[in-house]
Amino acid sequence: MLSLYVPGDTIVHRIPAGIKLLILVIGSMALFVISNIPVHVAELLIIAALFQVARLPWKDTLRQLRTALIFMVPIFLFHVFLTDWMLGLETVLRILVLLLLAVLVTLTTKVSDMMDVLERVVRPLKHLGVNPSKVSMMLSMVIRFIPMMMREAQEILEAQRARGLDRNAIALLMPLLIKTLKMADDLSESIEARGYDPEPVVPVWKRRG
Amino acid sequence: MSLPLAYAWSRPAARIQRIMFEISNVSQRFGERHVLKDISLRIGERRVGVIGANGSGKSTFVRLLNGLLIPDEGTVTVDGIDTRTDVKAVRRKVGFVFQNPDNQIVFPVVEEDLEFGLKNLKLSKQEIASRIDSILGKYKLEHLRQCAAHLLSGGEKQMLAISAVLVMEPSYVVFDEPMTLLDLRNKKLVLDTIHAIEQPIILVTHDLEHLEEFERVIVFEDGQVVADGAPDDAIRYYTQAMA
Repeated sequence: MLSLYVPGDTIVHRIPAGIKLLILVIGSMALFVISNIPVHVAELLIIAALFQVARLPWKDTLRQLRTALIFMVPIFLFHVFLTDWMLGLETVLRILVLLLLAVLVTLTTKVSDMMDVLERVVRPLKHLGVNPSKVSMMLSMVIRFIPMMMREAQEILEAQRARGLDRNAIALLMPLLIKTLKMADDLSESIEARGYDPEPVVPVWKRRG
Repeated sequence: MSLPLAYAWSRPAARIQRIMFEISNVSQRFGERHVLKDISLRIGERRVGVIGANGSGKSTFVRLLNGLLIPDEGTVTVDGIDTRTDVKAVRRKVGFVFQNPDNQIVFPVVEEDLEFGLKNLKLSKQEIASRIDSILGKYKLEHLRQCAAHLLSGGEKQMLAISAVLVMEPSYVVFDEPMTLLDLRNKKLVLDTIHAIEQPIILVTHDLEHLEEFERVIVFEDGQVVADGAPDDAIRYYTQAMA
């Protein structure tokens, strides 16, 4: 799922990232504690309303969710045959609510804002030698580079097909790996050149005094 | 191809008002390869071009100028600051724009990427916001502020990469083949942008015609400076050597 931030200035966009993430965490846990189909349907409706309020493109969202939606069918059938259809419906509803809630948060929250929250959450791990700013930097770069890697993979596949090679995982993997390493090299130079200098983190057992 | 080194022009020091970069007896090896061989240069001009064949050492050379590379031998100073002793200060002074804009945009959204360098400078939130506003306005990128970086065109990406360096307000800017991957229209846009920059710049390029208005052109060949002087002379030497 490659849902990226859709810019906007609606009330959903303006809710602080920390609160949105907190709702996501608590909501996803509550979802599995509550066992009541009407409540789940109501949640679904509320989320749909929020999508409307945030003026998000329904079509794109559904297209991104297509693969996940296809999985709902076997999950539902599994329950129909092995347990009962009510449980199946509930499971599917839970997953749907969870997915849509997660998509809603990612589409309306800037990555940098999410990273700031993450940095704050990870901060206590500083005492164990984990560098919070590096963790958040790493994650935001993952988000930045997934679309790029997919394009690179596409280019390699095309070049190989042009020379008569059909899909072949190993033949794709090697050049992609080499390209990725080169990209990582360039990227680290550019990050250094722009003065990235996270505070050093010393784990508690290496501190003196 | 062996070239007589006698071609190297020496530039009268009096014409340099102030030495910005001083490179003294620098040698650099990567494994077996001797990439730079005892280079000594003083740079104080506002517009300096660096040319040379692929693998001639020019990219290695410019990487010394902001401490991306610390030389094996010799010293590099920027405004008197040694890259070996205070690389952070040097990097704050010297901005660096790379060839491939894709690999220098770090964050997923345009605005966030511009913020990155400014946060590294530890500026206040208001200062960061006002600098981003002014740079987006200056380079007419305002409409891209919230765009996903991977959806920009090649030219827009390079303009973002340049803006992300200039927004940090460095004293000097080094460009390593910034136009190589661009189409003609974007080449012109980036070139005009580079020409208009107030700071002194050092431009590595393969497009010789872009250097005509420069004050000084340095030609690299096999890890050595083989020509250094006015653009006409240096470019003539280079094109003859390549023929």
